[in-house]
Amino acid sequence: MAKLIMSLDNAVIREVPLDKERVTIGRKPHNDIQIDNLAVSGEHALIVTILNDSFLEDLGSTNGTLVNGNPVKKHILQTNDVVEIGKYKLKYVNETNAGQATVADFEKTMVLRAPIPKAGGGAPAGSFGDTQINPTATTTQSRPQQTTVTPAAKPVEKLAAIQILTGSSAGKELELTKNLTTLGKPGVQVAVITRRPHGYFITHVEGASYPVINGKTLDAQAHQLNDHDVIELAGVKMEFFFKNS
Amino acid sequence: MAANLSTALEVATATDPGMVRSHNEDSIACDAEIGLAVLADGMGGYNAGEVASGIAVAMLTTEMKQGLAEHDPHKVVDGTGEPMGAALIRENSAKANAAIYQTAKSQPQYAGMGTTLVVALFFDNRMSVGHIGDSRLYRMRKEELTQVTRDHSLLQEQIDSGMLTKEQARYSQNKNLVTRAVGIDPDVETEIHTYDVEQGDIYLLCSDGLSDMVTDEDIQATLDAMRANLPLAAKQLVQLANDCGGRDNISVILVRILDDFAAPTGWFAKFKAWFR
Repeated sequence: MAKLIMSLDNAVIREVPLDKERVTIGRKPHNDIQIDNLAVSGEHALIVTILNDSFLEDLGSTNGTLVNGNPVKKHILQTNDVVEIGKYKLKYVNETNAGQATVADFEKTMVLRAPIPKAGGGAPAGSFGDTQINPTATTTQSRPQQTTVTPAAKPVEKLAAIQILTGSSAGKELELTKNLTTLGKPGVQVAVITRRPHGYFITHVEGASYPVINGKTLDAQAHQLNDHDVIELAGVKMEFFFKNS
Repeated sequence: MAANLSTALEVATATDPGMVRSHNEDSIACDAEIGLAVLADGMGGYNAGEVASGIAVAMLTTEMKQGLAEHDPHKVVDGTGEPMGAALIRENSAKANAAIYQTAKSQPQYAGMGTTLVVALFFDNRMSVGHIGDSRLYRMRKEELTQVTRDHSLLQEQIDSGMLTKEQARYSQNKNLVTRAVGIDPDVETEIHTYDVEQGDIYLLCSDGLSDMVTDEDIQATLDAMRANLPLAAKQLVQLANDCGGRDNISVILVRILDDFAAPTGWFAKFKAWFR
């Protein structure tokens, strides 16, 4: 059975089993989980449990409800989610779900069924029974215990730059802070330097001639750049190097 | 008879299972000649997802091709006022839905399979887009990237109803729940809109494996930097999603408008057509 482990300042206060369909959380005494603290609203939040799945809903509280640090109104609880209400933390633990799902199950797209609105009445009630995908199926897979923040492409730790060696802007330095840096002249010759987790890569984009690295002409493939490589592009020489910082 | 658009459109595609999944449940197809691009992201156990997305894409490409051989996509359909192209998308996605639904019902190993779908049909300097689920179409016009389709997902509904801001949505854990899919119910409603296109526009059709992993800003930067080399841009987008974790299959279709492709009008065109 699922339960909530309630703690304040990292000290566990008590464990609450989610043994009924509706468990209310709030400051007032009639709540199933009473938290007598002024930061908590009278009726603060509600957890609805159906079979193996629990749904958290904020009941329009003044100070809000956080799950894993993010404010939520409605949330399908996953094991090890931490619900924060005021200074109190409630960790959701559901042993029956934990550890069963593999990483491959992560974020599989699933259908949350809603009857199709039709002019001639709703979908026949019987159609819900014979289908395989239903609302409860959407949560039976638990996910790895991490927040699913879309990470920005994690760039390489070490910052690199290029310095122009020849031409009118010789001596100019360009730090490669962006994920993509374009070099060259559109319509003539363009290459991009991409910043990836395992290094910087240069790729030819357009133009009849390809970039030359240390005297060797590149092909259409991306080429990883090493410290002090000399790039020749559209008649301009430049040096690639890692910055020491 | 529809016109041949292969000189007006440039198409590039890329699809990849990603870093985590062992097989690719996405299916894609394009036919520059008839101006069609189709992308589907299948779901369901074992290989059912591939089967569902495969049926959807195969169905759409063959049926649309046949439909376009018989009808002019720019002609207005009597009664509804929408162009024939949009009507064809509606009709054929309904056919794909029925096919997947029937297969799932008759073969137990495919029970419950479904797929998302995004279809773009180009005709007469316009584009009709049909979509179901959370596969998207973006438009890159000049330097600006705009999301054209709106996901049929729980998250989008929460954003629409004001429960979540776009910023909060990025951190939501319920990203993967779609509210509409092909092949789940006997009927499905395809959301279809028609837009004008301009020369130089780049259209991006993608599965959520790209849009969940890569921010819109990074997609925009990539398309902007690599606009001269479409195949490379497609490859780079997939690579970018993989660099960010690649947790889902990634599919990308890029379509660039090279030239004007207005439907022939006037007596001379009709005269010429008469002799063909």
